[in-house]
Amino acid sequence: MSEVAAIGDVGQQSARVVGRSPWALAGRRLLRNRSALIALAGFIVIVVACCAAGWYADSVAHTNPFVSTVDGTTLIDGKQQPVMVESSGGLGLGVTPIGPTWDIHHYFLGADSQGRDVAARMLYGGRNSLIIGTVSALLCCFFATLIALIAGFFGGIVDQILSRVLDLIWAFPVFLLAISVSTVALTSDIPIGPITLSAGSIWLPIIIISVIYVPYVARPIRGQVLSVREKEFVEASIGLGASNLRLIFSEVLPNVVTTVIVFFPLMIATNMLIESALSFLGIGVQPPDASWGTIISDGQGLLYTRPWVAIAPGIAIATTVLCLNVLGDGVRDALDPRARLRVGRR
Amino acid sequence: MIAFVIRRLLGMLLVMFALSVLVFLIFYSTPGVDPASRIAGRNADPETLKQVRHDFGLDRPLAVQYVILMKKLFITRDLTSFVNRGAKVVPQIVDAAPVTLSLVFGAVILWVVLAIAMGLAAAMMRGTFVDPLLMIIGLIGISMPVFWLGEVVNLITQSRLHDEFFSWLPPLGYTPLTEDPEQWFLHLLFPWITLSVLYIGFYGRVLRSSLIDSQSEDFVRTARSKGLTERRVLGRHILRTSMITFVSLFGLDFAALVAGGALLTEVVFGLPGVGKLTYDSLENLDLPIIMATTMYASFFIVMANAVVDILYGFLDPRVRVA
Repeated sequence: MSEVAAIGDVGQQSARVVGRSPWALAGRRLLRNRSALIALAGFIVIVVACCAAGWYADSVAHTNPFVSTVDGTTLIDGKQQPVMVESSGGLGLGVTPIGPTWDIHHYFLGADSQGRDVAARMLYGGRNSLIIGTVSALLCCFFATLIALIAGFFGGIVDQILSRVLDLIWAFPVFLLAISVSTVALTSDIPIGPITLSAGSIWLPIIIISVIYVPYVARPIRGQVLSVREKEFVEASIGLGASNLRLIFSEVLPNVVTTVIVFFPLMIATNMLIESALSFLGIGVQPPDASWGTIISDGQGLLYTRPWVAIAPGIAIATTVLCLNVLGDGVRDALDPRARLRVGRR
Repeated sequence: MIAFVIRRLLGMLLVMFALSVLVFLIFYSTPGVDPASRIAGRNADPETLKQVRHDFGLDRPLAVQYVILMKKLFITRDLTSFVNRGAKVVPQIVDAAPVTLSLVFGAVILWVVLAIAMGLAAAMMRGTFVDPLLMIIGLIGISMPVFWLGEVVNLITQSRLHDEFFSWLPPLGYTPLTEDPEQWFLHLLFPWITLSVLYIGFYGRVLRSSLIDSQSEDFVRTARSKGLTERRVLGRHILRTSMITFVSLFGLDFAALVAGGALLTEVVFGLPGVGKLTYDSLENLDLPIIMATTMYASFFIVMANAVVDILYGFLDPRVRVA
């Protein structure tokens, strides 16, 4: 309501009221959306916690979560106890890592099968999950926008070819494509020009995930480009003798960029889910590095004895993705209250 | 109509060809290592390598290699796995397919029924606390990784509360429907629930928003002014138009689930379906199986998409033009 009032005021008090750009208006709408703000705050807390992984491991928990400490000891209730406890039940064979102590200085969430601190690994792993999700969403949105602009603006045979390529990528079963590419990369490094893509690199999941979702983002944007380029202001710009580059980047792009922004948080959420699945299958982040997906996979063997190893990272993923989804809905409502967009899935 | 069907089928063949070339190139000409040693598996002896090179025509041009692979996959169906000492690949996939189909069909029934119930309930109780509550539950369902949910379900039903509540539940595994229908059902019950949670949340939300959008359509006002009961307006008029988005999304998701989308659920619950087969082959780098499942699965998706489009053409004549 106040937006309308602000515009109406311009006539009477033009010296005092500053016109608000569409971005400022969208920002105000977002700030008024309480659930989106809570989600944003939650997401920021998670990001900050994961960024503090190194500090937590060094100064709070005093462990190195990348080294196996099977014969280490830790302090519980003032007593030194081994990290790996001799198993009492069953046949008495083997050892079980200690469970959660709920003491943030000593194995807060317990240890995994190699005696490493799960809480510290979770923070480090979260960093990888967030990096992979964000970078692949950036790459995906960037290439999708580029392809959509080219296909929609030039039309004709260029559009035909690019659209068919997008159809082709979209027809691929996600996990099987990822498994195929990863098996090839796991047997050997893949040299792409000057860069070598090695099996352990986190660039491998990033590239796979971003390529898979390019069609998903590119298709609706291409449709918008098609309709925007028929508008009068584009024609006017052509009449002024603008080059194709100018037309694409100063006339068409500003009119579709809101769609890209709406997609971005939803794509981070979707990509983090896919990343966790790939890491769980052993084709995402490679050991000794961690991500939330690999920790769940580590915890699989301990599921019935030490369930927290697998449960905790899952809660972390679900919370982060939930925050991003709510935030994404809020951003969509703020930028274009009438737009409808499918929430990311799979 | 016939012209439309033929055009769509030709397009389908073209996409299948392009997909098969793409899969072929991923396995045969990714730079780095000789495809023979990939196909033969880890630490293969020179004898096996020589045999692989001969069998797959690896000393001949790429086009010939492509034709040989396609022939092995779809015509003679005698592609063999070298890691698994000469086991035929295609029969393994044929054996695994019914497991995947059982899993997906059951989940589909659950998700369609519950998603419609959820969408309807939320749209009807708009303005009360029920609507946002159902929507946030749906969003939580979308946000959970399915393999993690499966592990939590396993933890509860197989270990923590097994003796108290779930003692009737058999251990993880699979029994074919033809052998023992009851055991089949019990083995698949929780996998069905786990797999469908995501889709119930997603489809419930989609259905709610399209139900609410069509509330303000002219034909709804007309129906109301005719004096129809609210139930009839909702069931006969609003729900029908809203099902269009639902159905078109459904075809694509169903195909994607059969073709590998159910992989994580199969792995977590130890169901020996196509996804589990692929996962196990990934563990010992058994490339022929991965090539075959990828190829069959992507063909299945393309064919399913074509069928959906053709059915759509029957239902809505406007689609046939273009």
